[in-house]
Amino acid sequence: MRRALGIGAWLLTVAAGLGVFLVLPHLVSDFHSRDLARAGVFFIAIVGLNLLTGYTGQISLGHGALMAIGGYTTAALVVHEHWRDVWTIPLAGIAAGIVGFIIGIPALRLSGLYLALATFGFAVAIPSLLKKFSGLTGGTQGLRFLESAPLQVTGLTGKVTIFGHTMTQNHFLYYLTWSIGIVGFALAWLIVRGRLGRVFRSVRDSEIAAVSSGVNLAATKTLAFALSGVYAGVAGALLAIQDEIVNPLTYTFLLSILVLVGAVVGGLGSLPGLVLGALFVQYLPKISTHVSGRSGVRDFVYGAAIIVVMILLPTGAGGFLRRVARPLTTWLYTRP
Amino acid sequence: MALLSVEGVTRRFGGIVAVDDVSLDVGEGEIVGLIGPNGAGKTTVFNLITRLYRPESGEIAFAGESLLRTPPHGVVRRGIARTFQNVELFGSMTVLEHVLMGRHARRGRRARKILGYVGVAAHAHRLARELPYGLQKRVELARALASGPRLLLLDEPAGGLNHEEVEELGGLIRRLRDDFELTVLLVEHHMGLVMGAAERVHVLDFGRRIASGTPAEVQNDPAVIEAYLGTTNG
Ligand SMILES: Nc1ncnc2c1ncn2[C@@H]1O[C@H](COP(=O)(O)OP(=O)(O)O)[C@@H](O)[C@H]1O
Ligand SMILES: [Mg+2]
Repeated sequence: MRRALGIGAWLLTVAAGLGVFLVLPHLVSDFHSRDLARAGVFFIAIVGLNLLTGYTGQISLGHGALMAIGGYTTAALVVHEHWRDVWTIPLAGIAAGIVGFIIGIPALRLSGLYLALATFGFAVAIPSLLKKFSGLTGGTQGLRFLESAPLQVTGLTGKVTIFGHTMTQNHFLYYLTWSIGIVGFALAWLIVRGRLGRVFRSVRDSEIAAVSSGVNLAATKTLAFALSGVYAGVAGALLAIQDEIVNPLTYTFLLSILVLVGAVVGGLGSLPGLVLGALFVQYLPKISTHVSGRSGVRDFVYGAAIIVVMILLPTGAGGFLRRVARPLTTWLYTRP
Repeated sequence: MALLSVEGVTRRFGGIVAVDDVSLDVGEGEIVGLIGPNGAGKTTVFNLITRLYRPESGEIAFAGESLLRTPPHGVVRRGIARTFQNVELFGSMTVLEHVLMGRHARRGRRARKILGYVGVAAHAHRLARELPYGLQKRVELARALASGPRLLLLDEPAGGLNHEEVEELGGLIRRLRDDFELTVLLVEHHMGLVMGAAERVHVLDFGRRIASGTPAEVQNDPAVIEAYLGTTNG
């Protein structure tokens, strides 16, 4: 009986969530659904980061750079190879997954704050790398879909027809992003509830006990980095498709920090709060601009809001600090 | 032939020789004690066997094959499971999840059976780290047993337990050996439990093996008496 009620409540929540997803763009202006689509990009990146940081305890301040890999993969395929924009998404995910895997290898020697700093270095370096390889990336100018490959942009005419159903381009971008976000969320949920999620947590909780139970730390950590990279890459691809342009300014280290802020606000090591984390990251700058357009005041409101949320969510913030410290202390005491 | 054989193994930490040219063996089906004062190198021997540490020299073989080419996470697959001196639990996991982790690489008996056997079945869905210390040690034991090991390494299983729990422990270890067809290597720094449960004992002092034999033999060995009297921990 209690079990049936539980399942009922659960189904109801899922149905309500899907209902909101379907009607939301019709409740706001067409232009506004583009903001919601942008929040969906953050959502996907945050879910991916949470698999890595929340569940395996590896901090990444480099997810903006992995998003850049996804975004530029999409842009290069559209502009140079004339692929249709949406079909580039899987490849963008795979490319960022591979780069995530590669970052995961040096990360094996690091944890805690050291890992955070190393990944941060990657985030700081990526814009100048993008400028350097200008043949592929368009340098400082970036790559513009509309100038170089307009026919590959879905919804160029302002309308998109799918399965005989016509919608505006903004609605299309919203539904595209959040459909992928929901699928990604469901997959992450299956992962964390299953055997792999348990293995991820074992690495976070106690590396020695995990190894002694037969967990391959190197394989597990790099797998988490790769998986997380796939999410970041898909998010980056969707960001590029929404903007119809990529350039180095989009992918500064600030993007990495925003994704981490979203994951922390949403709750590391749990999934349901991540929608709120994504909305927080997307709307806080707009709300603070609303308070005052003057940049000093705006930035102050923005920073203060983050602090207040951290104080109001002591478990989220506290859990974060614990996890920052734990891999570090484990590392210090287990080195041969 | 011994199930586990450690031959001339040395391991240093900076200036300290934690384990100094130590040889010891454990036969199939035996319960062997490894004793010695605090800092004698007992835990280091465990960490060498389980490949958390690399020996500078010497050889460690299990079931006739070297362990030194097995990666740390492969040790449990070879049939060696352990507990830790200071319990190493998974902070976010329930008791049942610990046993499932024990079955991650190699499967022994069913999780429920093991929980019942070690006496924590009633707490299956509680977070392990919220249990009293004595039960936490049982959870660690359950996790180790869940991998169906041939060799079980217990690092100070009596540490932090009350008198009653220690009394029970000796019987439990013998029953485990019989019911699970185990070989047990048991580290203890207090003599009592080892002398009751073990059939053979190796004694370490300052990283060196100073005696081996039956409990009665080593108890009367002058070198052992000296080692234990020579420290405040005896
Ligand atoms: N990881 C390590 N780093 C430095 N020294 C260590 C390490 N592990 C053990 N030691 C040293 O090795 C010696 C033996 O320690 P240990 O094996 O823990 O002794 P026991 O378990 O017999 O009490 C001690 O002097 C200890 O300080
Ligand atoms: Mg010890």
